[in-house]
Amino acid sequence: MLNLLLSRLATAIPSIVGVVIVTFMLTRMLPGDPAAYFASLAASPQAIAEIRTKLGLDKSLPEQFVGYIGDLLQGNLGNSLSTGQPVVAEIATRLPASAELTLFALIVAVAIAIPLGVLAAVKQGTWIDHLCRIVTTAGVSLPVFFTGLLFAYVFYYLLQWAPAPTGRLDVFLSPPTHITGFYLIDSALTGNLEALWGALRQLALPAISMAIFSLAPLARMTRGSMLAVLGSDFIRTARASGLAPGTVIFTYAFRNAVLPVITTLGMVFSFLLGANVLVETVFAWPGIGLYAVNALITSDYAPVQGFVLTMAILYVALNLTIDFVYGLVDPRVRLDS
Amino acid sequence: MLPLLRHARYVLSENPITGLAFGLFALFLIAAAFGPVLAPYSPLQSNAAMALKPPSAAHWFGTDQLGRDIFSRVLVATRLDLAIAFASVILAFLLGALSGVAAGYFGGWTDRVVGRLADTIMAFPLFVLAMGIVAALGNEVINIVIATAIINFPLYARVARAEANVRRDAGFVEAARLSGNGETRVLLGHVLPNIMPIMMVQMSLTMGYAILNAAGLSFIGLGVRPPAAEWGIMVAEGANFIQSGEWWIALFPGATLMLAVFCFNLLGDGLRDIIDPRMRT
Repeated sequence: MLNLLLSRLATAIPSIVGVVIVTFMLTRMLPGDPAAYFASLAASPQAIAEIRTKLGLDKSLPEQFVGYIGDLLQGNLGNSLSTGQPVVAEIATRLPASAELTLFALIVAVAIAIPLGVLAAVKQGTWIDHLCRIVTTAGVSLPVFFTGLLFAYVFYYLLQWAPAPTGRLDVFLSPPTHITGFYLIDSALTGNLEALWGALRQLALPAISMAIFSLAPLARMTRGSMLAVLGSDFIRTARASGLAPGTVIFTYAFRNAVLPVITTLGMVFSFLLGANVLVETVFAWPGIGLYAVNALITSDYAPVQGFVLTMAILYVALNLTIDFVYGLVDPRVRLDS
Repeated sequence: MLPLLRHARYVLSENPITGLAFGLFALFLIAAAFGPVLAPYSPLQSNAAMALKPPSAAHWFGTDQLGRDIFSRVLVATRLDLAIAFASVILAFLLGALSGVAAGYFGGWTDRVVGRLADTIMAFPLFVLAMGIVAALGNEVINIVIATAIINFPLYARVARAEANVRRDAGFVEAARLSGNGETRVLLGHVLPNIMPIMMVQMSLTMGYAILNAAGLSFIGLGVRPPAAEWGIMVAEGANFIQSGEWWIALFPGATLMLAVFCFNLLGDGLRDIIDPRMRT
């Protein structure tokens, strides 16, 4: 068990090294002279040189890299120019909002994609199968910002079922006591039903837009993997032995078919984290995606770089977790390690 | 050629949707080629008297907040959107296929370097990496092309590597080598042409994603700048009016964008069925 964990952690190290090198390169590619940029337009050449020394830009690239690593280890991602706050603190306060949205969207995507994929495989060639194909192809073709806007128009403006597409909670409701930062969990823990319902209503549209975009790989993989398993000998044996169809499909087939689906989760997360930025922009969701977009608009680069690094580290961590879960679910992998 | 055409007709009759996708593709190409000529109004000409008018006989898709004709803007934008996507896909193909083929053919350190590079890119959520690249390189259209090409690079490199690896010791490669061709010549003249069909499928499959990616970047204000007509930025402009009920500003460019991506995804699936029946889903 511990061996498995350690061997998985070891595989993540090259990814983290790569991520840090790439983000370092991105910080050094800032358009123009960063020192002149930080010094503002009216600065004298002398002031610019001073700032260059202060930022360590007069040193050689390897020395700068060591400095960058040192900053990262101390949790220093620089300060935002527009707010003057440390980027790490701002990202930390906004992360729960993004995490809640992304995880909720994942749950919605899994809840739709897996039953759809299983049904499409079991009823191969019927209308359900075609529906699955149409839904998955249409799903990846829908620009997530467009789906979000469309939903906001239909469900807020036309039908008025959904609240105004701005933020995590209606302005008239006070947020639940801070425990985890996830409004759904916090309000459930404190028994604040009003906030729970309000947060859920705000969450529904952005989460569904993201889920539609990211369910395609899951549904396709579930269908393909179920088809492969359903065609194998042990399923025929199980059927021939007179087991109920439900037992054959869920106990025998699905448990074997779910393994490749878990691997696909990595790709789904790549989709979700990217879609997250666009959806947060559409729904004015106060997460790190919106923070990065606002910083981009004002040419405030430190938050953007902090954001890219945070997302990449999160993604590496997610892939690590997926790998680990895979090892737990599949005993063969455990034996190999 | 004839058997291939016959096979294509057979596959198309099996799956008429692919035929539909080809038709749509032709329409988009026409719009890209002749868009500025076909457009009934100038895409940039504002007209304050006609601002925010819903779709009508004169303005099929309505007008935006500056009174510009949305139909003309959507039509003219086709060229820019397709050009960005095509350019980035071709760049990704050049970078990815060449390095992937070399990695699969030579193995050794070439393989390790290319593999490590691809893994590093894949360690990022791709859209987020594209944002970072455009932010670092500067807010220009060409950088959208570069960023989209970089995030698609691993897909091409991996497919090309796997395919070249299989063919490394194939009879025709041995024969080419024995007849005195240099390694580079074998690689470019014999291995690469053989994996072209698979790369073509890969290109049409990633086209849709490239369009989505470019539109997504310009939606958040990167790359294409107003007043240029581009689908992503037009949806972003329309987003401000959705809450007051002016749906047509965002709907038409968004729906066109969706249709284009849908068309390329179907086309990719269809091409894959024609070229490689084993990979049919």
